[in-house]
Amino acid sequence: MEQRKQLIVSAIENGTVIDHIPVDSLFTAVKILDIENLTEQVTIGFNFGSKKFGKKGIIKVANKFFEDKELDKIALVAPSATIITIKDFQIIEKRTVGVPKTIGNIAKCINPKCITNIQEVACKFTVIDNEDEPLKLKCHYCEKYTTLDHIEFK
Amino acid sequence: MNNRSLISITDYSKEELLELIKLADYFEHNPEPELLKNKIIATLFFEPSTRTRLSFETAIQRLGGRIIGFTDASTSSVQKGESLRDTITNVSLYADLIVMRSPLEGAARFANEVSHVPIINAGDGANQHPTQCMLDLFSIMKTQGTLENLNIALVGDLKYGRTTHSLVQAMSNFNATFFLVSPNELRLPSSLIQSIKDAHLNYYEMTSLEEAIPLVDVLYMTRIQRERFADPLEYEKVKNSYVLKNYMLDNSKDNLKVMHPLPRVNEISIDVDDNLKAYYFQQALNGVFMREAILAHVLDLK
Ligand SMILES: [Zn+2]
Repeated sequence: MEQRKQLIVSAIENGTVIDHIPVDSLFTAVKILDIENLTEQVTIGFNFGSKKFGKKGIIKVANKFFEDKELDKIALVAPSATIITIKDFQIIEKRTVGVPKTIGNIAKCINPKCITNIQEVACKFTVIDNEDEPLKLKCHYCEKYTTLDHIEFK
Repeated sequence: MNNRSLISITDYSKEELLELIKLADYFEHNPEPELLKNKIIATLFFEPSTRTRLSFETAIQRLGGRIIGFTDASTSSVQKGESLRDTITNVSLYADLIVMRSPLEGAARFANEVSHVPIINAGDGANQHPTQCMLDLFSIMKTQGTLENLNIALVGDLKYGRTTHSLVQAMSNFNATFFLVSPNELRLPSSLIQSIKDAHLNYYEMTSLEEAIPLVDVLYMTRIQRERFADPLEYEKVKNSYVLKNYMLDNSKDNLKVMHPLPRVNEISIDVDDNLKAYYFQQALNGVFMREAILAHVLDLK
């Protein structure tokens, strides 16, 4: 039901809704997804009411269907996010984001001596998702770990 | 990009580690001065490391290869601001193999992605120095007759010491028990402790060198550097606790060998040198045979 209410706020005919983004992570998610450089119509909602979180963020992009792996990048900051695909005002698919196995050049390696921080080399990470500890990224080049609390997005 | 390259010790499986040790042993007893005939090997030292370079160049010469390269970035185009990408792309058109040392961590992994020929990592900052680790394994095999089920003490700076990190990773293939001897400030990083746990191996973190000595087959000493301590007083407190003196070996096992990646400063007292258990100079020589083995393996000649 909640879903329906939102769609009334700013319904899109076709496109993608990224819902249930923690408010703190909304603008990071916008950055990671490179929303700024899209030409499609975008609605960004901040401090919307949510049963789950009290407050939440939401991003709606009209006429744009992302690849899964593109959206999965935000799992790092918004593991609770829901992805809703809309065609002809109908919800075609609804899924949660999955933690990706690898991520590309969206974050900085924490190691100041890493080649990616010194020369023009694009960073790559393996996502280490152990059960009993928070997510961390292992740099493909210098092999150092960057934990999420130290992560800096490019 | 070349899959035979040696960038990180974890690139090698247990089988490959053992195969290379066998090959190093072969080269020790069977010189092959023609093997690299007509091969040009580049040794690119973006930072100086005389010890490692001489060891590699000796290995190359013993196999009859020819060498191009530089010994220090200040004498090369790098100083004019050339990127690693360009240097490697260029040199990989000239040489059959590149041996490289760089202060930039991850440099060898990146070089391998742009090079047309295989890369051997001769050290990338504090990250990896896999040929050192390979010569350590060869030395352990030679002195103990096996790599399996050994008790190994790693002593000194376990937090920043890449040599000990690689050794933990490599020896985790062989059911080792680790005695991790260091001041509290320089304990082994949690990611490596985790990898020991993942391999279901036993380990003991200790601060006393003397307690560890009677228990182990290999005593691997490393240097503790003053600049690693946030508080200089802490360094003063611990600096003498991790110095090995000859009398301390009195109660050690007969098969114990003392190893060290060299150069040593004062962490092994000179009076240990004449003890038959001192192995560090022989260990350095083993590096030449191991590097011969790695060169031959990477070029797919053996
Ligand atoms: Zn890195």
